[in-house]
Amino acid sequence: MNNERLLELYRLMQRIRAFEDAAETASQGGVAAWGLAASAKPALVRGPLHLSTGQEAVAAAVCSHLERRDLLTSTHRGHGHTLAKGADPARMMCELFGRATGYNQGKGGSMHIADFSVGMLGANGVVAAGIPIATGAAHALKVRGLPQIVACFFGDGAANRGPFLEGLNWAQVYRLPVLFVCEDNRISATTPTDAMTAGEGVSARARALGLPSLKVDGNDVEAVHEAAARLVAEVRAGSGPRLLHAVTYRIKGHVSVDPGSYRDPDEVAAAMEADPLRLAAARLLERGVSQAEIDRIVEAARAEIAHALEVAEAAPWPEAGAAYEQVQNTGAGVWR
Amino acid sequence: MSMMTYAQAACAALAEAMRADPAVVALGEDLGRGGVFGQYRGLAEEFGAARVIDTPISEANIMGAAVGMALAGLRPVVEMRVIDFALCAIDEIVNQAAKNRFMFGGQGRVPLVARMPIGIWSASAAQHSQSLEAWFAHMPGLVVVTPATPQDNHGLLKTALACGDPVVYMEHKELWGAQGEVDAAQNIPLGQASVLTEGSDLTIVTWSRGVAACRQALALPVLGGIHAELIDLRTLWPWDRATVFRSAAKTGRLLVVHEAVQVAGFGAEVAASAAQETGCRIRRLGAPRIPVGYSQVLENESRLAPEKIAAEVQALLAQPR
Repeated sequence: MNNERLLELYRLMQRIRAFEDAAETASQGGVAAWGLAASAKPALVRGPLHLSTGQEAVAAAVCSHLERRDLLTSTHRGHGHTLAKGADPARMMCELFGRATGYNQGKGGSMHIADFSVGMLGANGVVAAGIPIATGAAHALKVRGLPQIVACFFGDGAANRGPFLEGLNWAQVYRLPVLFVCEDNRISATTPTDAMTAGEGVSARARALGLPSLKVDGNDVEAVHEAAARLVAEVRAGSGPRLLHAVTYRIKGHVSVDPGSYRDPDEVAAAMEADPLRLAAARLLERGVSQAEIDRIVEAARAEIAHALEVAEAAPWPEAGAAYEQVQNTGAGVWR
Repeated sequence: MSMMTYAQAACAALAEAMRADPAVVALGEDLGRGGVFGQYRGLAEEFGAARVIDTPISEANIMGAAVGMALAGLRPVVEMRVIDFALCAIDEIVNQAAKNRFMFGGQGRVPLVARMPIGIWSASAAQHSQSLEAWFAHMPGLVVVTPATPQDNHGLLKTALACGDPVVYMEHKELWGAQGEVDAAQNIPLGQASVLTEGSDLTIVTWSRGVAACRQALALPVLGGIHAELIDLRTLWPWDRATVFRSAAKTGRLLVVHEAVQVAGFGAEVAASAAQETGCRIRRLGAPRIPVGYSQVLENESRLAPEKIAAEVQALLAQPR
């Protein structure tokens, strides 16, 4: 990978990191650290916030192979995937703040972050639920004779739910253009996944269905990029579904209020060492990129997200009446 | 006009929609062979395997895939075989299909029709005989349709296919062979009940298989001389409140009849709404809160017998208005 490509991925990872750091701060009440006035106001981001801190390399590297018109489904931990697919961080932050100008007009929040205009069909509050949806979207593309593909992110916990098996089987039976991406952060909510997953895990299950897969170090953005390049090319060529198993680590707790104290401190320390942003920066330095250039990337990312916070804080709230809109249209009026 | 069975009427409506719009596809188990009840007969031959899709026995994925298909530009018709099996796909219909449009702020639309045949299917016991319409009527985002006749099954399926939101379409397992005249040009809007007989003594509101049961009850000699206004709701969401209230206000007495378990059934919604709006006298008749038994003797306990309906009519008429 050339330096320019690595720099591009590094910029994206830093934007994801900055977005989630800012959202976390805003969920705790203030955004002072981000250049806005400190105050004792209530949380600007309400509700659960599932951060992907430490997992940015998977989102950045996989989505770098997707075109705008390709489709994407995500998990409850979907900020990174959404940003990587090309969504505007300010509109995303508006959604997290519950404002009318958010992507979902304040109706979805973090767990349902989506930008259909870039093919991002939504984060999902139900583990594994995006798998059948991605499969169906790929099936529609095939029926309609369209050239796009679908990428489907899910976590390691999803491999133990039925829709995982049903979706992979379906995609393989019909040879659908879908790349399944297991973003394996090694923990299911608060329980280590390997303690509750029989056999060799997600890659082995894909193999059992005849669905080719690759397993990579999900913290090594170049490794993910290379593996995804190969799999995406195969999917685009009409070879049927492929699975990428990217092993990474969730540095934060399951949800924003969870400090993750159930984890071994040594394990967390090791994960901090293996932080994909840190690894990518070290590699850039080795290749002659200056520390000043890296610092500028970090600053630019933080400045962009600081602007997103300002936009979100100033954005209007939805009208209460909007709660009755977009429920359904039966042509027979709305009953409350 | 032509004579058709309830199954043929739905098949004809679907074929018409598939000819008109290449985005309409059907997916489910055994569809290529015409479906379990023949309600897809001939469609695979006419439209091919790409549009009449035989699927694995995989209800969660059938429904979830339909959501994805709808988001990617198709108008899927999803076959759940019997509503009892649709419970394997409950996340996909309730959390995914029903919520999509609202939750994503109108970015996505899910125009799918989920066919979930309801009701007792003779001697099929507890897992093939349920009437779960109240569950789905309870869910914001879902349209709920319960056709009772071949004509309504034709007209309502076409309306459901034209709806831009998810429709739970509930045919009755024991109505597939029912025959009737069908006018293919007749359009039946959602939320419009059908007043089958006019009367002044009491109003009977029912739907699906309940329509035939009520007709049989009203023909019993014991109810001779009684003028009942018989209303088939046809769709449970949206339901035709205006027609029900107008009738209940006129007759002063309302009996709601359904095959589903009475406790927390949709009849409770109709009864409570009518009581609030009109102050009429009300009785309800549904099944006891027991699983449907296999033996005929046991199954009959859950069936809408005309005699049970007649007894409710008499009990209601015995009350002063």
